[in-house]
Amino acid sequence: MLRRLHHEQPESFAFTQANLEWAEGQIAKYPEGRQASAVIPLLWRAQEQEGWISRPIIEVVADMLGLAQIRVLEVASFYFMFQLAPVGRYHIQVCGTLSCMLCGAEDLVAVCKDKIGPEAHKVYRDGLFSWEEVECLGACSNAPMVQIGKDFYEDLTTERFAEILDAFANGEVPTPGPQNGRYGPEPKSGLTSLIIPEDERNGLNASAQLAVALGETVARIDGTQPVASAQVINTPRSGGN
Amino acid sequence: MTDLKKISIDGEVIEVDGAMTLLQACEAAGVEVPRFCYHERLSIAGNCRMCLVEVKGGPPKPAASCAMQVRDLRPGPEGQAPEVFTNTPMVKKAREGVMEFLLINHPLDCPICDQGGECDLQDQAMAYGVDFSRYREPKRAAVDMDLGPLVGTCMTRCISCTRCVRFITEVAGVPEMGQTGRGEDSEITSYLSQTLTSEMQGNIIDLCPVGALTSKPYAFTARPWELRKTETIDVIDALGSSIRVDVRGREVMRIVPRNHDGVNEEWLADRSRFVWDGLRRQRLDKPYVRRDGKLKPATWGEAFAAIAEAAEGKTVSGIAGDLASTEAMFALKGLVGSLDGVAECRTDGVALEAGNRGSYAGTAKIEDLDDAELILLVGTNPRSEAPVLNARIRKAWMNGAKVGLIGEAVDLTYDYDHIGTGPDALAATVNTPAEDWTPVKGKKSVVIIGQGALAREDGAAALAAAMKVAELGESGFLVLHNAASRVGGLDLGLVAEGGIARALEADVILNLGADELDIPAGPFVVYQGSHGDRGAHRADVILPGAAWTEESGIFVNTEGRPQLANRAGFPPGEARENWAILRALSAAMGKPLPYDGLAALRKAMFEDVPHLARLDTVPENAHEALELGVLGHAPYAPALADHYLVNPICRASTVLADLSRLRALREAKPMAAE
Repeated sequence: MLRRLHHEQPESFAFTQANLEWAEGQIAKYPEGRQASAVIPLLWRAQEQEGWISRPIIEVVADMLGLAQIRVLEVASFYFMFQLAPVGRYHIQVCGTLSCMLCGAEDLVAVCKDKIGPEAHKVYRDGLFSWEEVECLGACSNAPMVQIGKDFYEDLTTERFAEILDAFANGEVPTPGPQNGRYGPEPKSGLTSLIIPEDERNGLNASAQLAVALGETVARIDGTQPVASAQVINTPRSGGN
Repeated sequence: MTDLKKISIDGEVIEVDGAMTLLQACEAAGVEVPRFCYHERLSIAGNCRMCLVEVKGGPPKPAASCAMQVRDLRPGPEGQAPEVFTNTPMVKKAREGVMEFLLINHPLDCPICDQGGECDLQDQAMAYGVDFSRYREPKRAAVDMDLGPLVGTCMTRCISCTRCVRFITEVAGVPEMGQTGRGEDSEITSYLSQTLTSEMQGNIIDLCPVGALTSKPYAFTARPWELRKTETIDVIDALGSSIRVDVRGREVMRIVPRNHDGVNEEWLADRSRFVWDGLRRQRLDKPYVRRDGKLKPATWGEAFAAIAEAAEGKTVSGIAGDLASTEAMFALKGLVGSLDGVAECRTDGVALEAGNRGSYAGTAKIEDLDDAELILLVGTNPRSEAPVLNARIRKAWMNGAKVGLIGEAVDLTYDYDHIGTGPDALAATVNTPAEDWTPVKGKKSVVIIGQGALAREDGAAALAAAMKVAELGESGFLVLHNAASRVGGLDLGLVAEGGIARALEADVILNLGADELDIPAGPFVVYQGSHGDRGAHRADVILPGAAWTEESGIFVNTEGRPQLANRAGFPPGEARENWAILRALSAAMGKPLPYDGLAALRKAMFEDVPHLARLDTVPENAHEALELGVLGHAPYAPALADHYLVNPICRASTVLADLSRLRALREAKPMAAE
């Protein structure tokens, strides 16, 4: 896929104060003279803040790291997870790699084309939606699946996926995780080992719990959000919801 | 401290430094390994895979020899040397596979490609290519970018070796090219498709192993096999880079660098590479004599008669310009000397004296920069005055050298300590040698003084102070000249008591190609040169001379290395070789010079200045301290007003005019935005 910077670019970019502090922390991790190593974390946080990588982001990051602008552009254009075009508020990433494809990822793409728009990497429906097909997202046992914002929606059917898209369009936050009643990547017929009794178990897996607790899955990260791991560890196992 | 390792290359056991790569070890054993991305003077990329070899004592697969060190290989069970094979069936098959991949997307447009005939891919396809293609799909398309007026692009031919990216980043020090995207869609670009700004960008044309980057001015004008190649010396700056001049018929078609480890490595500045179209324009091809205030064409006899008449009983002086060969200057000095006049080569009034060679040719060699730990620049902007030398300083800086600068704070492509802008900082360096950027004993250092510090009132004091700094720190000392003729002129003693002002007082001035100075109204001026430029406008008689590619001449470069520039072609029209004109003129003036041929002239010259005969060796010069003088306070100004238009040949070149205009536009832009 030929990737270029988008033809419309914002005037400027600045990290939020909290993100800036975080970014400086990342830069400080590397020994003197090796600051360039922080280029991927910084670009990633900038994308989490803005949704996509614009030319001003490339230039700001290059300045922060003392790098030539072309070096940052090389990195941003190499990795497909860096979006070089604006994305919708709900950016749907449909996994199209082997397991998902065998289980119906192509049907999910058809749903995207039908409900969102015909072309990937384009923003439709007043900036609400965009979609793309991505490589393996590592949820092969729950295929087919999509990632929307920060969360995985797994074990999808075309109907359930269409419902989820409609729910987002109505401003709701569908509960992420497996959509067929599974807890996680256990066998469809239930756990066969490391069995946890039903009453000791939360109804939802950790990332789904976090999404429900926060009440959102797609907010841009400005650095003030709680850190996911801390949140989940503090949730008592039997507390549940 | 070397750790020598034994290694067997195709059965021949040799002992090499363990840090060498297999490819270098193969070269040491006299085995050639094909390569595209590997280049001796650039970092190792290892992405073309053409240099695959078979190894025993390493991974059981073809290994990229450019990226594997000798010490990475294990010895055999009884301590046998690890073995490398470059001619086994496995190697041949592996290289054929690589070649087939490279050719998948490479267009079959050799007949219309400028690289045809000197293309690495073409040559290596002869050895490793197969005569059919298994590829049926459409080839990759690519968008051509505009890199400016010098480098033409045809990116479908690109094999992504990234030599251009590495050169621009590492050697030129202007990181403006890169490889974006990945896989089939990766492309070599400049950031946001901007044009290149480096003053050494022409080198990427030579580096490109295929025809993706070609020379725009040379495009579609000649084929390499129809060019007559002459190895000679560049004179556009005082570095004396080794070049090859390619001629077809009478015309110079292009100039490319040659390798010379002591001078230019294998790089060449753009203004030297693209100057050749200036050799065709504005040429003086017949003598002119001023009659009734207008220059009128004349015969040689008429011109000589006019000079002899004007000089009858008058004082005569000679001035030598920036591009004069030592032979011509020797003849000029002989002629003027026989007429009791003075000869002068320091046209810009630079405060250098003949005699003390350590003070004008320096005590260091350019090579000494490579392992210097500290380099002090005084009143010079090497990036503008000698870009190839600047790349060498940059190389030293990359190897850990510290650079200090006294002069205008400009972008030199590397970090430096800006000590000060003028003589005050220089005086402080002499007086307080404790600062960490002052050269000290026991640390290899080089002091370079430029014309910005020398060509002014307190130049002699600056020279003495800089030499004092070098003396205190036991540093090497270099004078960065801007005129290719200058060191030769000083060697020959073309200096007048009272400098250029004295030379301009004469009634008749023989001007041997000096265009960078204004000759006041009054004296009768004879201009002898190749181009109708400033000097010719002021002349009363014009004698058309050969340009440096049209005569054989010795030039002494800025470190004091005499080098022979060979004749690549013949001068146009009635123009003649410069020494021959002066010899003929001497006869017309009744004082014939005592030599009739170039060999006899050189013999006389070598008797006078023996070291000129030892071509390509830098004589050792003793340090001879000068008396410290009073330094001024004004900051050092740049020595060159325009990087590209430094002499009549450059000013006649449309390519360089274009570059100069674009640079001025670029420099004007930020100001307009403010």
